[in-house]
Amino acid sequence: MTMPTTPSKLHPNPHNAPLWNLGYFAIVTSIATLWWLAYTHIMPVSHWLVFTLWGFAPGSHLGLSLEFFLYDTAKILLLLVLLIYALAWIRVSLKVELVRDFLAGKRRGLGYFLGAFFGAITPFCSCSSIPLFLGFTTARIPMGITMSFLITSPLINEIAVVLLWSLLGWKFTITYVLVGMLAGILGGFVMDELKVQRWLQPFILEAMEKEPTQQYVHDSQKKHGPTIQQRHTFAYNETASIFQRVWKWVIIGVGIGAALHGFVPENWFAQNLGAGEWWSVPASVLIGIPLYSNVTGIIPIMESLLTKGLPMGTTLAFCMSAVAASIPEVMMLRQIMTIKLQATFIGYLWIIFTLVGWLFNSVGPHILS
Amino acid sequence: MEIKVLGPGCAQCAQTEKLVREVVATKGGNIVVQKVSDFKEMMAAGVMSTPAVVIDGVVKCTGRIPSKEEISTWIENAGNEGGSD
Repeated sequence: MTMPTTPSKLHPNPHNAPLWNLGYFAIVTSIATLWWLAYTHIMPVSHWLVFTLWGFAPGSHLGLSLEFFLYDTAKILLLLVLLIYALAWIRVSLKVELVRDFLAGKRRGLGYFLGAFFGAITPFCSCSSIPLFLGFTTARIPMGITMSFLITSPLINEIAVVLLWSLLGWKFTITYVLVGMLAGILGGFVMDELKVQRWLQPFILEAMEKEPTQQYVHDSQKKHGPTIQQRHTFAYNETASIFQRVWKWVIIGVGIGAALHGFVPENWFAQNLGAGEWWSVPASVLIGIPLYSNVTGIIPIMESLLTKGLPMGTTLAFCMSAVAASIPEVMMLRQIMTIKLQATFIGYLWIIFTLVGWLFNSVGPHILS
Repeated sequence: MEIKVLGPGCAQCAQTEKLVREVVATKGGNIVVQKVSDFKEMMAAGVMSTPAVVIDGVVKCTGRIPSKEEISTWIENAGNEGGSD
């Protein structure tokens, strides 16, 4: 390595950046046009495929389920690709380190809200939850604020918002986001009141005795602000990796949804698991907590459950508990939390989602219409 | 030179490690690449989102998969600053 370091080497590709940008925008425009064409033709194409090409009898259960499956899968996958890419493009510069520095030293009340808020807007990968938890805690951010972040993070993200909006309407979407935020804010408050900090694994408590770690990250993107090419690379990688992770969940979710759609009689749930049965809410939360699902897979199921007459509160409670916690996640958090803390955490989720369920079973009919 | 790729073992971390090893293979010289999945070490480095790349104790990037060009630049700059050649 005898080459002298020139300033231009800090930019990965400085030579023909304007040319690259031009080509990039041309390609983006044509792909966007194709995307729009595809998106506007999903309905007629899936109808034609099922009832004309494959010759299912019009109105048959199997035909309707299949049409619903094709239509929903294509629609959700197309929306996902567009959104993940667009949001990642904008969000390159939002880093958890900045969130940490921002949250450090905030008052408790405001802190819970901000914790939950950042939980909702930051991209979240469950394998990052432990380093993040440790980073927040060692920066002396109160544990409750970190818990607010961790509760809201899997519940609310842009993917959830878009799916809810397109499948269930804006009233439901706003309700969902508000409930998710409140569950996070209240969770943080309760955790601090119970002083759960003492139930962390000892090595974290030791680390907290020392000076807070606030190491500056020498990220090359921070000095100049990301170039368009870097934004594209980040957004592309993000889209590819999230897509690879969630596409099967979408298909499974829509598949289960389609089966419910075509085969479970209308209002079956209303007659069998109706709002009148008070125990159905805590029971469905108990079933939901150990289940592993992410928001992307659960929303199509929510849609079907609701249209088949499952009360709104029960549906919300079940789906939120399936998303917020799961056996694999609990096993991972075991490395930083003692059993007592985990039991408290799960107990809180059970109680809060049960309350959510009961509340919305009584007011639900006014929101979904 | 010592390069550490920090991450508990998700697909993104594996991809980052692969890229780093590919770049290192083209560089030659005395470069050790290590995959770190110990949370205590991540905490000590102040890394909160993975994957992260640390070269000779300096955190180069967190929470994203770096490009090969970036990795290459980091290695060259670290080599020059250290005055090893």
